[in-house]
Amino acid sequence: MKAELTIQLAHGGGGRLSRDLIQSEIVSRFGNGPLEGLPDAATIPWHCDKLLFTTDSYVVQPIEFPGGNIGDLAVHGTVNDLCVCGGRPKWLSVGLILEEGLPLATLRKVLDSMKKAAADCGITVVTGDTKVVGAGQSDGLYINTSGIAEAIKGFSLSPARITKGDDVIVSGNLADHGFAVLAARKNINISSALKSDTAPVHRLVQALEPFAGEIKFMRDPTRGGLSAVLNEIVENRNINIQLNETDIPFSTCVKALSETLGIDPLHVASEGRIVLICSSQVTDQILHTWKSMPEGFGAQSIGVVDSGKGRVTIKTITGGIRIVDVPRGELLPRIC
Amino acid sequence: MKYIDGFRNPLAAKKIIERIEVLANLLKASGRKVSIMEVCGTHTMAIARFGIRNILPENIDLISGPGCPVCVTEAGYIDAAINLAKAGAVIVTFGDMINVPGSDESLAQCRANGALIEVVYSPSAAIKLARQFPEKNVVFLAVGFETTTAPMPAVIQIAEGEGIRNLSLLTAFKLVPPALKALMTDPELKIDSFLCPAHVSAIIGADAYKPFTGKEGVPCVVAGFEPLDILMAIDGILNQLVRNEASVENQYNRVVKPEGNLKAQALMDEYLQPVDARWRGLGLLPLSGLGLKNEFERFDAEKKHGITVKKGKEPSGCLCGEVIKGKSKPTSCPLFARGCTPDHAVGPCMVSSEGSCAAYYKYSL
Ligand code: SF4
Repeated sequence: MKAELTIQLAHGGGGRLSRDLIQSEIVSRFGNGPLEGLPDAATIPWHCDKLLFTTDSYVVQPIEFPGGNIGDLAVHGTVNDLCVCGGRPKWLSVGLILEEGLPLATLRKVLDSMKKAAADCGITVVTGDTKVVGAGQSDGLYINTSGIAEAIKGFSLSPARITKGDDVIVSGNLADHGFAVLAARKNINISSALKSDTAPVHRLVQALEPFAGEIKFMRDPTRGGLSAVLNEIVENRNINIQLNETDIPFSTCVKALSETLGIDPLHVASEGRIVLICSSQVTDQILHTWKSMPEGFGAQSIGVVDSGKGRVTIKTITGGIRIVDVPRGELLPRIC
Repeated sequence: MKYIDGFRNPLAAKKIIERIEVLANLLKASGRKVSIMEVCGTHTMAIARFGIRNILPENIDLISGPGCPVCVTEAGYIDAAINLAKAGAVIVTFGDMINVPGSDESLAQCRANGALIEVVYSPSAAIKLARQFPEKNVVFLAVGFETTTAPMPAVIQIAEGEGIRNLSLLTAFKLVPPALKALMTDPELKIDSFLCPAHVSAIIGADAYKPFTGKEGVPCVVAGFEPLDILMAIDGILNQLVRNEASVENQYNRVVKPEGNLKAQALMDEYLQPVDARWRGLGLLPLSGLGLKNEFERFDAEKKHGITVKKGKEPSGCLCGEVIKGKSKPTSCPLFARGCTPDHAVGPCMVSSEGSCAAYYKYSL
């Protein structure tokens, strides 16, 4: 049997092995843009008056999970942060921290996913870095991505604009990512239908351009889930957000797992969804637009903004009303 | 999953609530206010989570009872466990106990100072730890109601079978019926009915509530944990009250039998015997707990290590004792949500995931 090829410390040493790795794995996938020739800094063209810039690090465990891996997650996560701020993603940097002993096959799989995800999102990898740390000093593979986007004209997003009468919309089922990673980690084999929702939201956001002015807020509900996003909005404001439990979309698997594990799905992360708050005049149009797109067919209006004391409440299936609390600390560490 | 959705059907809920309103109006017409005690902590959580308290007519009051095992265990028990840990024992416990304040510190604080305290999800994990640390005394914190108690005999059986000598149980098992008796006969409390626990009843059987019904008694309705289960049970209770009846009704008969789980009962009888037990808030209640029978005293941590569990010192200002009896609502405690929150809990009712204070804090408007 041939021994499995793995990452060695020398792959990060700057010598021949490093060069080979960069050429064969990175340049081969991302080399025909500003990355060509491997300059120390990327030169990028720029034609708009405002840019958006963000960064995030990805340490998800396990590296591969149902529905995705750390590679597409690292592209989608940063792309989505740019999109929900009203950006059209353009350029991406990728920093890789590899652990000695990481199977080369795993790295290839992750880089393939990144390439595919970047192409899908229309974002170009323009610069990057690779480091190798000794065995036991990290957990296989960490990725940092930073992204730059051009601002889409017409958006003026700010939680301060949210007022009584606005509607709260989500673009699809919530909490699939968090539960899929948790199930993979704990080896819970609940159903092949439970997959991470990791996906880019750029098409959903770009489709909103006609109503951009009436949209007041967008966010991707990652860590802390829907509850964290909404509670942050109402904090110290004279508004309440009232949700309707029966309208919030969850997959059957998520409902079952949340019952069994006693985890409130309102606290659990999605990685390809948008929570949006808009003036109620455009709610129907937004729902209509999103529902006609594959990534938005599950969109739902889930609640309204009212005047109040800064609370998020939910009308349960019994008609009773309770508070939606902020998750305590880190519920599921390392899900992204 | 369809199964759960069946018990969460909003239309069905609406219908039952309408019936409840009609019955409540009938009772109101005769000047009656009704207090229903939900005995079990899991019910308390479900009631809060589905906002059931605030949809009930104003003359129907749900009060939370003593059904959170961690909450009724006194500070002195935590002290005893901490002393054993400090003497070098490995303490094995369910997670809920770890942050409960003892007289001076919690098990979590004790662990931070280097004591060996292991959190487990099932009692059988205590056996594994006993094998893993053959040179150490392993003490399992055996706290809980009939449901948690039921698997314990199997653990002792295994320990016996394998000749494991370093495992013992610090028992604080509690029985639900004696607590109901104490609450019913408390002159300060006026309880009109019990919403009886689901899992406990699966072990002891719905018939166990018969002594609390009849002429001098109150309606006792066994309910599951789904919102429709609870609403149906409230409907059943009000129905009985309107008709001036007081009988046992088993709304959860998809799981609970009249006689309970006879096999589990027999196994418990073989290893355990009723003992007087101390409850936070209720005090010493005769024959309200279970301890190991004399022939198994080598597994009894108190006897093995020559210790006695004392009452301990309750956190000052905490009204848990009153909350457990249903005499105070968590919100009437001056510390509630001010000095006492789940992140900085003063009393066990805020620490435990089934505690009334935690339920109110997490979900109440
Ligand atoms: S709020 Fe805190 S201090 Fe008050 S009764 Fe509850 S647990 Fe005790």
